[in-house]
Amino acid sequence: MKTTDTTIDFGTFWEGVWKENPVFVMMLGMCPTLAVTSSATNALVMGVSTAFVLVCSGALVSMLRYLIPKEVRIATYIVIIATFVTIVSYVLQAYAPEIYKVLGVFVDLIVVNCIILGRAEAYASKNSVLRSVVNAAGMGAGFTFALLCLGAVREILGSGTLFGVHLFSAHFQPWLVMVLPPGGFFVLGGWLLLFNWLKQRVASAGTLQEETARAQ
Amino acid sequence: MSKPQPTIELRTSPHIKSAPTVEQIMRNVVFALLPISAFAVYEFGISALALILTVTGSCLLTEHLFNRAGEKPNSLRDWSAAITGLLLALTLPPGFPLWMGVVAGFVAIALGKVLFGGLGFNVFNPALVGRAFVQAAFPVAITTWTPPLAPGRFLEFIPSTLTAPFMTPPSVAAWSHHAVDAFSGATPLGLWKFQGIVVSTSDLFTGMSAGSAGETSALLILVCGAYLAARRMMDWRIPAAMLGTAALTALAFRLFGGSHYPTPLFVLFSGGLMLGALFMATDMVASPLTPLGVWIYGAVMGFITVIIRYFGGLPEGVMYAILLGNALSPLIALITQPRVYGARRERSKP
Amino acid sequence: MSVPSNGMAPTQTSSAAMIRVLGLVAMISGLLIVTAYEATKGTIADYNRQQLELAVRQVIPGAATIRTYAVAGDTVHLAEPGDTNRFYAGYDAKGKLIGLAGKAAAPGYADLIILLYGYNPKCQCINGVSVLQDHDTPGFGTKVATDSAFLANFTALDARLRPDESAVANPIVTVKHGTKRHPWQIDAISGATISSTAVGTALRRGTGSLLPALMRHLAQIEAQR
Repeated sequence: MKTTDTTIDFGTFWEGVWKENPVFVMMLGMCPTLAVTSSATNALVMGVSTAFVLVCSGALVSMLRYLIPKEVRIATYIVIIATFVTIVSYVLQAYAPEIYKVLGVFVDLIVVNCIILGRAEAYASKNSVLRSVVNAAGMGAGFTFALLCLGAVREILGSGTLFGVHLFSAHFQPWLVMVLPPGGFFVLGGWLLLFNWLKQRVASAGTLQEETARAQ
Repeated sequence: MSKPQPTIELRTSPHIKSAPTVEQIMRNVVFALLPISAFAVYEFGISALALILTVTGSCLLTEHLFNRAGEKPNSLRDWSAAITGLLLALTLPPGFPLWMGVVAGFVAIALGKVLFGGLGFNVFNPALVGRAFVQAAFPVAITTWTPPLAPGRFLEFIPSTLTAPFMTPPSVAAWSHHAVDAFSGATPLGLWKFQGIVVSTSDLFTGMSAGSAGETSALLILVCGAYLAARRMMDWRIPAAMLGTAALTALAFRLFGGSHYPTPLFVLFSGGLMLGALFMATDMVASPLTPLGVWIYGAVMGFITVIIRYFGGLPEGVMYAILLGNALSPLIALITQPRVYGARRERSKP
Repeated sequence: MSVPSNGMAPTQTSSAAMIRVLGLVAMISGLLIVTAYEATKGTIADYNRQQLELAVRQVIPGAATIRTYAVAGDTVHLAEPGDTNRFYAGYDAKGKLIGLAGKAAAPGYADLIILLYGYNPKCQCINGVSVLQDHDTPGFGTKVATDSAFLANFTALDARLRPDESAVANPIVTVKHGTKRHPWQIDAISGATISSTAVGTALRRGTGSLLPALMRHLAQIEAQR
């Protein structure tokens, strides 16, 4: 499994954002996706925290990839991931304590976010440090993007604000359901619908082009 | 319905009339709902009329848009979207803001029906899905009631009706100077639950009380439901089981729990139980079709309704009872499969 | 990961190698965590101190000055850094003691729930509670800090001492929602019973140890010594 390829492949970055988006395509990390997206700020902080852990743990795992015996690899990955989650937790407590209070236990739960362990196992343990970092950054960006999509819709409808800024007049009627757990499911379903519809359209346009090209 | 035939037709046997088509049944349900809608307009004025038209329009439009987007044949003519719209409007407070009505209609059709595959595949009664959504989204607006027979109800809208989209409805109290006696928009169930006042059963029976647009008159709903049952377009056993169980449960509480529990008649005629039992629990798609199954299904819903009313946080529980019943109905159908005549029960072989 | 293709057993890594690698990884991790901890310690402590002062002012409304005391054995003295078992006394502008505040903690649904309660020595009752830490389920357990009906329990929660001032006469206890009968009972939030009970337990423990000592030295505290 030794890779000597040291070129950077930015394609894998965009794959993480779009084609293999962890939320909209792989349906991983659903717990934080549904739980902390009641506002855009929470979603952003959660997404960036997860991305930070992804990138750092990806880099460290990749660095140590020839060293880690396969029998204890999962334990090693978890220790590495937990380290960075603890760091994130301290940093949030120090510099964003209000958000830390809201996110609470979900920050610590980043440890068991399957996106991170999945990346460590499937990518970082087999690729060079640079490639792993790019890949992890793509996944992190995709996760943040998805969380922001949910958080923005839920905050706009549920509180009439976006990043805490009031968008409407004082008479705006908040849709209470959107900040409650069911709202997470509704909005996630809506985005999945839109996302798949877009992908289908792109795909069918692609095949159409191919067919016309072949006919000519 | 049957067109005059100028020619003499000779037919061989069998001379059995065909079962009514889906379209016929649906049309008759609409006919049965029209008197109830008319009474709602009489009782609550032009606001109720606007609400009924808006919600029904929203349902029809949503259905149409999804048909176009999915390149499916036009399904508006099977009347089912119209029924969903009518029923949904009748379960909403008369002064419900029209824009919220549009949201409710959209959710009812999109989430309650289209996502499951359209008519015949919906797991839940679509109208109630729409109502449950707006109940969760706008808990205040959906529990703001206006008094019945307010003077001037045909001349001006209830102020909350014309709320601009996405805005909070104004307080209904502003409208209250039209009410003859002291303004009280509380429903009979709310009065009982939160204030311990019991409205007279005859008022409930005829519908002279506050409540959702079309749920107030038990008498009218019973008559319209009887029409459908007589034409065999509705399974009479479901409402019979649901109302019967609700009444029995209420009686048991009254007998063993003390006199602070209301009478069975109050339970039957208040709130949305009548409308729900006759027109929503009987949704053909979302109810189990086995003979024994429908009795169990109705009984479960009647029991849950009373339990939610007595012990839940909200005064009314018919909506959640029916949605729960809908969810259980495939299971009920499964365990009540009639034995095929002559078939023997399979024994597990050693 | 790899399936042996030649039919031989896969090569075993020796236990020593595993321990070596795990030890190395643990060391790197430990270093990183300690660095982060040291870097953020000051800021976090500052923030917590601010929050504590806010909370004290919340449970002792109208306090102009706040002094921190510590209980040690049978004496009470002005707190110095490092003292545990602290409590706070609030005085109005004229220097009159208007209220006391103490910390209380008990395990909730997830981690400790830490509270600050205000104690009014005149009515011998708890007249305010502020939640300092609560990791319970957002929207359910965290309701103990926001639910107005629940907070109404703490307008005058009875915590009188026995005549001999040795202990609280009626230990504070959380009861099932809707069954509060006595002024020392806390009406739980239905749906958040564990968190509500934790609040009751915290207050019972906090008052049980602190109040007897505190009331004995009330004169000293009133004199701001």
